[in-house]
Amino acid sequence: MKRITQTTLLLAGLGAIAIASGCKAGKTGQAATDEDAAKKVYVAPGKHDELYMFASGGFSGQIAAYGIPSGRLLKVIPVFSQNPENGYGYSEETKPMLNTSHGFVPWDDTHHPEFSKTNGEDDGRWLFINGNNTPRIARLNLATFKTEEILELPNVAGNHASPFCTENTEYIVGNTRFSVPLDGDKDVSIGDFKKKFKGAATFIKVDKNTGRMNIAFQLIVPGFNYDLAHAGKGPSHDWIFFTCYNTEQANTLLEVNASQRDKDFIMAVNWKKAEELVTQGKGRKAPAKYAHNLYNERTHSATSAMENDVTMLDVKDYPGLIYYIPCPKSPHGVDVEPNGEYFVASGKLAAVIPVFSFKKMLGAIDQKQFEGDFDGIPVLKYNTVLEGEVQKPGLGPLHTEFDGKGYAYTSMFVSSEIVKWKVDTREIIDRIPTYYSIGHLSVPGGDSRHPYGKYVIALNKITKDRYLPTGPELTQSAQLIDITGNKMKLLLDFPTIGEPHYAQTIPAEKIEKNSVKFFKLEENDNPYAAKSEKEARVVRKGNRVDVYMTAIRSHLAPDNIEGINQGDDVYVHVTNLEQDWDVPHGFAIKGSNNSELLIMPGETATLKWTPDRTGIFPFYCTDFCSALHQEMSGYFRVSPKGLNVPLTFHLGENLAAR
Amino acid sequence: MKTGSRIAIAAAMVLLLTAYFLPLWEITLSAPQYPEGLSMDIWLNGITGNVLQINGLNHYIGMQHIDPQNFAEFKIAPYVFGLLILIGSVASVKGSRKLLIGLLALMIVFAAAGFIDFYLWEYNYGHNLDPHAAIKVEGMYYQPPLVGYKQLLNFLAGSFPATGGMLIGLAGIITAATLYIEIRNGKRNEKERNDRAAGTLDHRLQSKA
Repeated sequence: MKRITQTTLLLAGLGAIAIASGCKAGKTGQAATDEDAAKKVYVAPGKHDELYMFASGGFSGQIAAYGIPSGRLLKVIPVFSQNPENGYGYSEETKPMLNTSHGFVPWDDTHHPEFSKTNGEDDGRWLFINGNNTPRIARLNLATFKTEEILELPNVAGNHASPFCTENTEYIVGNTRFSVPLDGDKDVSIGDFKKKFKGAATFIKVDKNTGRMNIAFQLIVPGFNYDLAHAGKGPSHDWIFFTCYNTEQANTLLEVNASQRDKDFIMAVNWKKAEELVTQGKGRKAPAKYAHNLYNERTHSATSAMENDVTMLDVKDYPGLIYYIPCPKSPHGVDVEPNGEYFVASGKLAAVIPVFSFKKMLGAIDQKQFEGDFDGIPVLKYNTVLEGEVQKPGLGPLHTEFDGKGYAYTSMFVSSEIVKWKVDTREIIDRIPTYYSIGHLSVPGGDSRHPYGKYVIALNKITKDRYLPTGPELTQSAQLIDITGNKMKLLLDFPTIGEPHYAQTIPAEKIEKNSVKFFKLEENDNPYAAKSEKEARVVRKGNRVDVYMTAIRSHLAPDNIEGINQGDDVYVHVTNLEQDWDVPHGFAIKGSNNSELLIMPGETATLKWTPDRTGIFPFYCTDFCSALHQEMSGYFRVSPKGLNVPLTFHLGENLAAR
Repeated sequence: MKTGSRIAIAAAMVLLLTAYFLPLWEITLSAPQYPEGLSMDIWLNGITGNVLQINGLNHYIGMQHIDPQNFAEFKIAPYVFGLLILIGSVASVKGSRKLLIGLLALMIVFAAAGFIDFYLWEYNYGHNLDPHAAIKVEGMYYQPPLVGYKQLLNFLAGSFPATGGMLIGLAGIITAATLYIEIRNGKRNEKERNDRAAGTLDHRLQSKA
């Protein structure tokens, strides 16, 4: 009996300790995952995912494609950063892609992937993404998963409010996060911020058939920090909304000085009207210098051209072009619900989420319900545009996406959670923690007219204890959450490359069916292509040596090259002769200060190599292509200059017998 | 020939005509790393499909390059089929049983020649290998099956008639069946004539009784 009592007491004591430690203040509770989570995210070997998610790589400068719901990383697509893995930005063909008015800038900071849209729906043709640092916008072809075009934006610094597109991809936009003097002003004191620093809302026309981008016009707007944007749809088709913070126009210690006003602005732009003005010849051509780089799928080569001017419209001169809507405090995202009637702004320091009505905005403009003006631009009265506010949503609201069933999902950076609320009543339905400090979130099709819904993906900045530790530098993460029920359910949590600022997610079938398997050799228009082994050769012109090389399982032709001199500029043009699916060949030279190449079937890529010493330099295929991949190699002989070793090249004549 | 037979022969000739528009034979290859499969379609006048890829793979074992230009068969075959169709059409129009017999005989001869040629072609490609090939497996030859499946190293090779080939086969069966019916009918008619002659006699005998 005594023993039983003792045991009971011991158990009770242990229980108390367990309860006490469980209740320790500040301990974050682990959100229960859905019971069926494993089943819902398990994609059996050989089966395909339901969706593609394209997430920005942030400071990696690239984009990564993931399969959803499995979270499997499918491909890292090089965009603004050199990628030695496949030679992007190193090969002669792709170097021009990274040219800018500042010269070669082989890195950037990507933020917001944006699908091209048709009738307000993601059409799966192209993906745009901004380079925040050296202001650029890239266009990727989703049939080849290659970066096809990069356009620099003049008069902009920190292209953050970018590249959001209008309902039919008529335009994509860019705007400055760090207002700067226009490029024409050569030397300005930072103290002249209010007078001289400007924003440049840039409208880029996208060709309907080719996707080619061209700057149509820039709207010169007051020097605020322009953060994000979203275009209207349906009734609000003609308008686009930008968030502005630092309407204080501070230029130092922004942390404090740009956080003084209770309300900053949403800038509503009537882009249709701006387009009409430009068509009428309004505005002025201003000199500007910006690079426009295009990749040609048939030559497998990029060209870079420098543009010389841009059309500008100073918004002060054209009343009715833009209006300011006061918005609580330091708004970050502005998001338009699927019907195009309500738009939601998230003031990152605000205690409420305002929901504005497009109809009311037009009414307020009509009845001139202005509370004043800023630099001559009318500021609408907050209450005349407001439909209502989401009360006590959490801390640090950033972005909102929609499920097409009347619900909105807002990310809360500071309270690290997603809040689900009803668009028409603004009533909070549910909240779920994120691990940790969510930035953007992505509902498949969540910014389109017809969201696919089903999931919301949290894109988190901090992971701390979520995975096995990897030293001080930890991964960032994405979290897949089921939104099919009333309550959100956490399904999966997976690491990402770089920083996944924003991601867009699309049903796989919209992309899968267009995916190119290989390039046709007969369509290869690269001037340095060798389309058969008969065309393989080595040509010298002064110090320049062009090697026209072919690669096919399992040899490179020619594979014995002599007569190269130390200090020559050797251009090795490798054509992959394969015409089959998934047979790339690699190419690498010992000691090359450049990179290696990865050449897709039917493609030609060029590695420039300047041998700095004499000797024998093996070269070989770096992609295990076949049973005799290890044999896929050859030799360069580099001789001292002046020795005049004749230029010779061979394949298949075994000189070893000599 | 009966009208029915003449129509049947005409139909068989139409089926033969499809040989100009449809592949006759298909050789398929599948391996673990080729889940999508490779195939070669043999037509009256050439080969289509993954010839390039198959040649690429075959070089490891020292097989000769398959080049449709090197086959005299593809130059002759369209004329052979033209001849068959001509004979069949005349047979149908004229209702000539003799021509029909000729047609079937030619069909059998050409089919036999075709299969023998195909077999020899496969034998040659499968056995006549480059002695310097990278992959040499003792006692291994790569002759694809005439009809059916056969495992050749990592590849499962299949050889089967394609749509056009099946339609030609059907044309052959129709031709043979028509001829058989014609001959049987011919015999029956002869018997009937004889019977009728005998019957008349019986009748007379009966009426007498």
